[in-house]
Amino acid sequence: MEAVVHNHWSPLLGRLWWDAIPTEPIVLVTFVIVAIGAAAVLGALTYFRLWGYLWKEWFTSVDHKKIGIMYMVLGLIMFARGFADAIMMRLQQAMAFGGNEGYLNAHHYDQIFTAHGVIMIFFAAMPFVTGLMNYVVPLQIGARDVSFPFLNNFSFWMTASGAALVMTSLFLGEFGQTGWLAYPPLSNLAYSPWVGVDYWIWSLQVAGVGTLLSGVNLIATIVKMRAPGMTMMRMPVFTWTALCTNILIVAAFPVLTAVLCMLSLDRYLGFDFFTNDFGGNAMMYVNLIWIWGHPEVYILILPLFGVFSEVTATFSGKRLFGYTSMVYATMVITILSYIVWLHHFFTMGSGASVNSFFGITTMVISIPTGAKLFNWLFTMYRGRIRFELPMMWTVAFMLTFTIGGMTGVLLAVPPADFVLHNSLFLIAHFHNVIIGGVVFGTFAGINYWWPKAFGYKLDPFWGKVSFWSWVVGFYLAFMPLYVLGLMGVTRRMRVFDDPSLQIWFVIAAIGAVLIAVGIAAMFVQFGVSIMKRDQLRDETGDPWGGRTLEWSTSSPPPAYNFAVTPIVHDIDAWEDMKRCGVQRPTSGFRPIHMPKNTATGVVLAGLSAVLGFAMIWYIWWLAAAAFAGILGYAIAHTFNYKRDYHIPAETVVETEDARTRQLAAAGA
Amino acid sequence: MSAADHHAHPNPHADGHHDDHEGSHGSLRDYLIGFILSAVLTAIPFWLVMSGAIADKQATALVIMAFAVVQIVVHMIYFLHMNTKSENGWTVMALIFTIIIVVIALSGSLWVMYHLNHNMMPMMSHDMGQVP
Repeated sequence: MEAVVHNHWSPLLGRLWWDAIPTEPIVLVTFVIVAIGAAAVLGALTYFRLWGYLWKEWFTSVDHKKIGIMYMVLGLIMFARGFADAIMMRLQQAMAFGGNEGYLNAHHYDQIFTAHGVIMIFFAAMPFVTGLMNYVVPLQIGARDVSFPFLNNFSFWMTASGAALVMTSLFLGEFGQTGWLAYPPLSNLAYSPWVGVDYWIWSLQVAGVGTLLSGVNLIATIVKMRAPGMTMMRMPVFTWTALCTNILIVAAFPVLTAVLCMLSLDRYLGFDFFTNDFGGNAMMYVNLIWIWGHPEVYILILPLFGVFSEVTATFSGKRLFGYTSMVYATMVITILSYIVWLHHFFTMGSGASVNSFFGITTMVISIPTGAKLFNWLFTMYRGRIRFELPMMWTVAFMLTFTIGGMTGVLLAVPPADFVLHNSLFLIAHFHNVIIGGVVFGTFAGINYWWPKAFGYKLDPFWGKVSFWSWVVGFYLAFMPLYVLGLMGVTRRMRVFDDPSLQIWFVIAAIGAVLIAVGIAAMFVQFGVSIMKRDQLRDETGDPWGGRTLEWSTSSPPPAYNFAVTPIVHDIDAWEDMKRCGVQRPTSGFRPIHMPKNTATGVVLAGLSAVLGFAMIWYIWWLAAAAFAGILGYAIAHTFNYKRDYHIPAETVVETEDARTRQLAAAGA
Repeated sequence: MSAADHHAHPNPHADGHHDDHEGSHGSLRDYLIGFILSAVLTAIPFWLVMSGAIADKQATALVIMAFAVVQIVVHMIYFLHMNTKSENGWTVMALIFTIIIVVIALSGSLWVMYHLNHNMMPMMSHDMGQVP
């Protein structure tokens, strides 16, 4: 496709003009489908009069449990979008051989691989991780909410606003065509003149605020709000990994913000941080963005290591093997993740001494990770293992992640990296660890904590269909990429000349179709479970024989989580309580002090999305107005002193009595 | 958001908890000392540049950097009220962690970028065999 020049600008609408509406048939069809779907959903919400309910009970809620669930919903929606991008790429690459151009033009294809990476990391994996931490951490430490409940709601809506900006780019303008990290000089104004990179910048800036604040919030929660008796070394491992992840978030995300700021200055005000002239140095961008980027990898995986630890211990019916070593391994990974960033650009030319330092530090990370793996294995050893869905995902993780880890160590050897850099081998490696670790871990977490969140288990049949489709599909989709990468095929290619390669891409495409079946089966699993919820109901609140405090509450937990704050004496606090026969308190409840819902988070995040949109399209008056609106509303919010209320003691008594009857009926 | 929110947060054991409110708000005297020190520490570098008291520009820059570091410490002690005991030592731990990360990021970047400039900028190096 010939390059289209977009140089229209008006004071009222900025760069926004008729040419912003895409004319490619594929995008138009997608737009029509999405529009019909959205109209159906909005219509249904209106018809069933759910707007008030959603607004009052969910959107404005400051309850960490509801916010956690909203994060998971956001993650699932964006995961579906990101996967649509993935399967389009697989189809294109399976077709485009021997003069066949495939069905995607270069402009469209480049947007798709960029959007796939950005969406999967920032708007699928990050919400999954944050959602799990948000839901589980306060329950595990015996707290009634996070430290700053309003901030939590605001953080969620900032993330959602960033996601909304990315989605807008599909139908209004374009997304970046630069790859998910938008390296300059390609991402500079000279080579990416229209709105694509600006969409990328502003969606990440807006969502980044949310991520950073939620990191601050969870650190404060874990440090300050643990139940009495829960010393640091008695915290559940998931909470430990959550703490380390959030420390990484708080330390790493400001670097991303700063890099994006510098790129914005280059693009908006003609600065020369990363241009080719006037002392600009694009290599500095690569260096800085990976100082954020590598810790980000561990931000994603650490909480899932926590999930696997909880699941393994629970479903083996044993205390986790090597709790202390698990904690120290997590801390070591936290620190080491800061001194390996250069392995993402060994080939940029740093020379032998720098490359060998970063190669060795990278290999060293496999030691604490290996220690964790052995801890899980030793936990299973002589355990009474129940292969329920969370445990199945965990075993699949152990096998898959180990392969991914080994190819990672291969890539950590600089001479090998010079051969494999930017090849499909790298693509196979990081999908191997991210799907095998983050995605499988998220599904383990969803299957594990769903009964806690909703009061009934997920349907095992459809869960197993999803599991096997996913696992087989994953190996079919990514093992061929290792082969292709070793043969020297580079990433992000749209068409190929050598017809002998095609068979591998066809196998990979079949794998992607199987994964699609797995995703569909998961949504069917959710639907079937909701329909069959009465058969799958769990009255005890502890369906798996759990070991940590979240299983001591009812399912779903009451708004205040714990009527009486539990006192902790051992690592697996709930297991300890069950063993010692600690009785649930049934009287002596006092009114509970709780934070009130507020619309401020929705309003501020909505205005931030407007600000981002206006900046993307150069609509300066709107940007100024939105900025003023954010400041004004935030200041006005500080004068709102009616932020809290008490749940009266009678309500607590009623809720707890209902729970007592429920437990008695369940015979627990 | 601090005051109202602090009381609103549903901490189940806020009362009788080891909240160290006594140490977290400084006295007027502390703020005045901090303010005067900051003002002096800003005025001296300003004077150094305006008067050109040190002839060597690079030396001036280094002296200013030194004043900046002292200034950071003054802010931390007098405005952020940091000491080894506040928040059960968590603030000091956070500070040490921050310093480690900042040092890693800055020194690492300098090291990496020095090598990259040396090896990859064509005017600077003609012999790729002599990479450091």
